[in-house]
Parts: sequence; C-alpha cells; structure tokens
Amino acid sequence: MCSLNNVAGTRTVSWDRFRDAGSKLTTPLHPDDYLRLLNPLWTQRELRGRVERVIPETEDAATLVIRPGWGWRYDHRPGQYVGIGVQLDGKFHWRSYSVSSPPQRRGRTIAITVRAMPEGFLSDHLVRGLAPGTIVRLASPSGDFVLPEPPPAKMLFLVGGSGITPVMAMLRTLDRRARSNARAMPDVVLHYSSPTPERMIFREELADLEQRHPSLTVHRLHTDTDGMLSLSTLDTVLDDWRDRDTWACGPAPMLDAVESHWEQAGLADRLHLERFSLELGGDGGEGGTITFRTTGRTAEVDGATTVLEAGETAGVGMPYGCRMGICHTCTLTLVSGTIRDLRNGNEFSQPNEQVQTCVTVPVGDCTLDI
Amino acid sequence: MAISDVKEYTHLTEEEVEQLGRELDAIRAEVEESRCDADAAYINRVIRVQRGLAAAGRLTLLAGLQSRRTRTPAWIAGAGLLGLAKILENMEIGHNVMHGQWDWMNDPEIHSSNWEWDTAQPAEQWKHSHNYIHHQFTNVLGHDNDIGYGVLRMAREQRWHPVYLGQPVFNALLAGLFQWGVALHDLDLEAIRTGKKDPVEMRRQLRQIARKGRNQVLKDYVVYPALSGRQWRSTLKANATANLTRNLWSYMIIFCGHFPDGALHFTEEELEDETRAEWYLRQMLGSANFEGGRLLHVMSGSLGFQIEHHLFPDLPSNRYPEIAVKVQALCEKYDIPYTTGPLHHQYGQALRTIMKLSLPNSMTSSDKPEPPSPSVDRRRRTDAERPRRRTETGGYYRSQSA
Repeated sequence: MCSLNNVAGTRTVSWDRFRDAGSKLTTPLHPDDYLRLLNPLWTQRELRGRVERVIPETEDAATLVIRPGWGWRYDHRPGQYVGIGVQLDGKFHWRSYSVSSPPQRRGRTIAITVRAMPEGFLSDHLVRGLAPGTIVRLASPSGDFVLPEPPPAKMLFLVGGSGITPVMAMLRTLDRRARSNARAMPDVVLHYSSPTPERMIFREELADLEQRHPSLTVHRLHTDTDGMLSLSTLDTVLDDWRDRDTWACGPAPMLDAVESHWEQAGLADRLHLERFSLELGGDGGEGGTITFRTTGRTAEVDGATTVLEAGETAGVGMPYGCRMGICHTCTLTLVSGTIRDLRNGNEFSQPNEQVQTCVTVPVGDCTLDI
Repeated sequence: MAISDVKEYTHLTEEEVEQLGRELDAIRAEVEESRCDADAAYINRVIRVQRGLAAAGRLTLLAGLQSRRTRTPAWIAGAGLLGLAKILENMEIGHNVMHGQWDWMNDPEIHSSNWEWDTAQPAEQWKHSHNYIHHQFTNVLGHDNDIGYGVLRMAREQRWHPVYLGQPVFNALLAGLFQWGVALHDLDLEAIRTGKKDPVEMRRQLRQIARKGRNQVLKDYVVYPALSGRQWRSTLKANATANLTRNLWSYMIIFCGHFPDGALHFTEEELEDETRAEWYLRQMLGSANFEGGRLLHVMSGSLGFQIEHHLFPDLPSNRYPEIAVKVQALCEKYDIPYTTGPLHHQYGQALRTIMKLSLPNSMTSSDKPEPPSPSVDRRRRTDAERPRRRTETGGYYRSQSA
C-alpha cells in the first residue's frame, strides 16, 4: 500500500503501482484477473490485443489491425516481428508475423500482414476466419532484421512474396520521417518478386510511395511470366548493388541463393536476412544446441538426450516432476527451434509453445525460456 | 484385510487386468483427442462466474453493511456469495487446474505450473502432497498420507492409542480449520517432532506457508474489514463465516472420497511391480463416488466422480460425467465394485468410521468388506523411499528457495 502514500507527494502514483497495491484485495490473484472480465484488454498478465479490422490485401493475404491491451509498448523497431496467439479448438497456437505498420509514439494499433499458406491452418484462419473483435494474445516485438538508426544512404530491399511485410514497415518509417522532416528519402531500391501482379501485397501503396519519393525505385518481377530473379544477372538489373546495404526477406531457397551470392562477393556483412519460413535444422537430423535464454547457458546434445537432462547437465535449475511426460511440471516455453516428443514423434516448433522438457529432444538448434 | 494384490482380490487374471487397462487407456485417448472449444469455454465460464461471485460478495459487504436497513440481508448475501466463490475456486477451479486438467489449452493464465489458489496451502506444497503422494499411492497404508491426514485413525491397521479417544474432537477441529490443516499437510509434523525433518527444507516450507497464509489472513481479516470503516466487525465476521463454510464443505466432500466403507485399503506389497493396469484397478477399488445433480458436482469440484478423477486426474473435470458412464460399464463387465451413493450416505459412513476407530479394534466391528490385516508402521515415507513416480496425476516441483 506504500504507493498510496505518494498521493500527497510530488510524484504521481502510477496506475501499475496502484493495481499492485490492489492485489492485497485480490490475492492470490491480481486485480487484472478481475479487470479483464470487464474489458479483455485491461490486463497485463498476458499481452493481449483486439482485432479491430481485417483488411484484405490480396486474394490470400490480409492485414490485421490489432489494438493491444495494457502493457504493450509501441516501440517496435521497423522490421521486427511479433508473436500472435490464437485460441483454436480450445488450444492456443502461436505464430510470428512481421509488423507492417511503422512504430508510433501515440499509436493505438499495430498491423500485421498475413498470407494464408497452403499447409498453414493457422495462417488460413488468420486471413479468413478472424472476426473483428476477436481477442488474441501477443508476444513482444523481437528480431534484428531492422532499419538501422540512422538509415544508411543507399539501401537495397530484395523481397519475395510476403517477405514484403517487414520491409513495408521500414519503407513506411522512411516515408513518415521524410514527410515530417521535409527531408528526402535515402536512395532506396526495392526489388519485389511475386508470381502475379494480383498477388503483390501493398502494390498500390508502393506505387504511391514511388511516385512521391524520387529516390525510391521499385523493380517488380512477376515470376509466373518473367521467371525468377537470377542473381547472376543482378548487375544488369542494378549495377551498384555492391554499394548498398541489403535486406532480403522471402522464401528459404531465395534467401539461400542471396546468402551465397553475397558471401562470394565478400559482402556478407552488408546483408541482412529474415527467414520467415520454418527451418528444419540441417538435414532433419536430431540433436543440436539448446540455448536456455534466461540463464544464458547452452548445451550440445544428441538426439537421445532430453531437453530436461540437457538443462540439468548445463546447470540450469530446470523444474521437473515425474520425468515421464505426465505431470507437466517441467513445462517450459519454447522460444524458437523444433523439438520432438519421444513418445509419439510429434514435433513442436511454434514460438511460445509450452513444451514438456522431460520427454522431448531437440531437432536442430532450439531456444527455451528459462 | 487390506489388499496386497488387486488381481487376486478381484479374481481377475493378469490378462484381464491388462485388458481393463487398455480399455481405460482407450477412454483416456478418446477424451484427449476430443478436447475442444466447448471444454475451454467451460473452464473460462466457471472462472468468470467464480470471480463474479467473489467481487459481488466483497462489494455487497462493503456497501450493504453501511446502511442499517440493508445490514442484515447484505451480511447474509455477502458471506454466502463469498463462501460460494471460495468453494468454487478451491474445488472446481484450483484443485483441477493444479492437476494439469487444462494445461492442454496452452494458456499460461490457466496452467498447473503457476496457478495459486485462494487457501492457505501454497500450491507448490499441495502439488507434492496431493498430486504425487496421494494420487500415486492412493490408499496404500503407510504411503498415502491422506489416510487420516496424520491426525485421525481411519484404518483398523493403524495402531490404536488412547489419544484417539479424542478423535471426534479432532475431527470437528479438522473440519472447522480445514484450510490450515491442509496448509500444514506437506510439512510432515511427525518427522518434525521426531527431529527427522531436514531443517533447511522445513524452514523453506514454513516460510512459504507463512507468506501465503499472511496474505490470506491480511486480506480477509485486516484489509477488507479496514475498508468497511465502522462496520469492520461485521465484515470480519462475514469473511470468517465464508472461510468456515468453505472449510466445512471441502472437508465433507474430501472425506467422501476414500473413507466410505467400499473404498478399500492396500498394503505395501501391492506397490511392488505394480503395472499401470493394476494402478488403475487400485484407484477404482480405493475411491468412492457420490451421486447428485450437475450443480452439486460442480460445487464439489467434480469429486463426486472420485473414481474417474483418480483414474484420469489430468482430464478436464467437465468430462467426468461421460467418463463415468463408460467406467461403470467396465466395472460391470469385469465384475469390479463401483462404490457410490448419496452424499449424506457416503459422509455418514466416513463419520461412522471416525467414531468407531476412536476405540480399540476389539470394541468395534469392521464395516469394510474385508477384515483388517496386522497393523502397520505409520511413519511417513520420504520421497527417496518411494517407488519411482509414474503417472498422470498432475505435477509437482520443489523450488530451491521460498
């Protein structure tokens, strides 16, 4: 209750501290556990958001405008992604999507743009099945595929398909700064591959940006008719690509090709990659390096060592119970990577998924929140 | 005679017991696969109702006690709403969430790993004494500390001592102070008395209990009365009444789980090489249901389906009624007793056992289907002395510090 004593003082009582004091009334719960029943966004227990609008972008992609609840800081860096958790058939499923809206100081919403993947039941649900008003869970922005501060003078964005979304956040940020400071946009080239013009997300907005900013050039490549971009001909498309800091985002094969091309040119340090497709470590073999994020420890393990055993060997204070996959005491949050349940071969690879460490082994590298 | 071999007792062959186990596994798999939106909606609805009741109870007391005209009805309504909220929180929500019944939703707000309930017992200690000790070693003499909770003599195999003459009084005290009895349950008072308890662990557990208990006491007996101004005394009494109501109710429901006559005891020999199917069978023989409507079952945390709960402690409680139909059919098929009856009948039997066992065995007759076996050592086993943890009873862990 100490925060109430400050009322008469010079410092104002923060709303958070006031609620913390209120937990004396609601213990063992927090006031937020009650407040969220009045308004689902009035809680900081878990980051939440309400879907305000679903804007169709193309036939199979939509932008979700989400109003985050308490505890959300609108300070994502342009290019970062957020986790979004949706309850389907009673179970929360998590995916990460790039934020396509620029950071706002007084913003009330964020936007993510999602393309329905043929095999992705969750992305399909997000594009076609999410009604405005739906409450979703959110995870804080993360990722280092971001626009540097200040931006370099010459930039190249190499984009394939829905890889445009993080780049759009960067372009919108550059556009807003150019407008508010009456400064020219840096020299930016966007090379955007898409199967057809119709499947190009943000094509009208890009045309508008291109018109308003002479220093922005957009190359559009329709791969259904014109074929894929061959990097060996990059010099003919853009002769000064070696002088530019490059951000590439798109399907894994494209990124692999870009990576080796830049490496051969000795320019790997000027290339930034965002891999937004699922990566099965190496050749799909088991085992890998487990990173325990909070404790900062790592463990190299084979495919027969459970995550729990690996953590204990590495000196992490792992919670455990039955050690047989029944009691869920050992459950931890998977931050990234893939793990396999030894009992049934099920694989878990959703970020923020709760996994039972005592019966699972890593499939490639993975990171856990402990 | 407490049972030393469930197969022998039920006259089932090893193959039949294993077949029964497979059929129960199939029931589990079916429920696990069909968990869906409706189940998630159920627990969220119960939580919403419970928090609504709690808030309504507190507000009714805070506001209603201030005016003389509304004072009496507000006191009755407030204490009643609060009592209901506490019962619902402890039984249908807290107990079941901590078993991991809702972990499948992947919702960190309704998860066994971090749920803390509205009672004095810290969740971590509850999950050890209940999920592990009680659910794995159910009704095994000398292993299940819930046979009498270290206070009462509930099996004829427990050696009689003149102190048990006071059993009717201990029973009444336990009922009235149930949350505090539960709070101390995982400590093992006897080991502390005989100096066998690890002092570091004891201090850690006591600190945990003190912190949780202090918050609970402050809330009900200091903060809310203080907010009631001149009516602090009425609020304090109403809160005490709500706590007492919850204590009496949960005590009664819990005593109907394993103390009615049909719920059998087992000896340590049963644990040797016990298979999963035999564990199932022991749960069925050692538990007792009671009958009632949907509301009664929800208010008793679905423990009227004690048999189903002990077979599948981590399946969602709203599924127990449908599971019960299948389990009953299996009991009929394999000719296994399925103990059930009206609530008053089941509790009556438990109470009769409490009274009878306050006296030496020679002065009373057994109500169990079998005569008692020789008496057993009542010392609690440490975790190291117990067979390895095996099943789906819900988790526990020991944190390093309080």
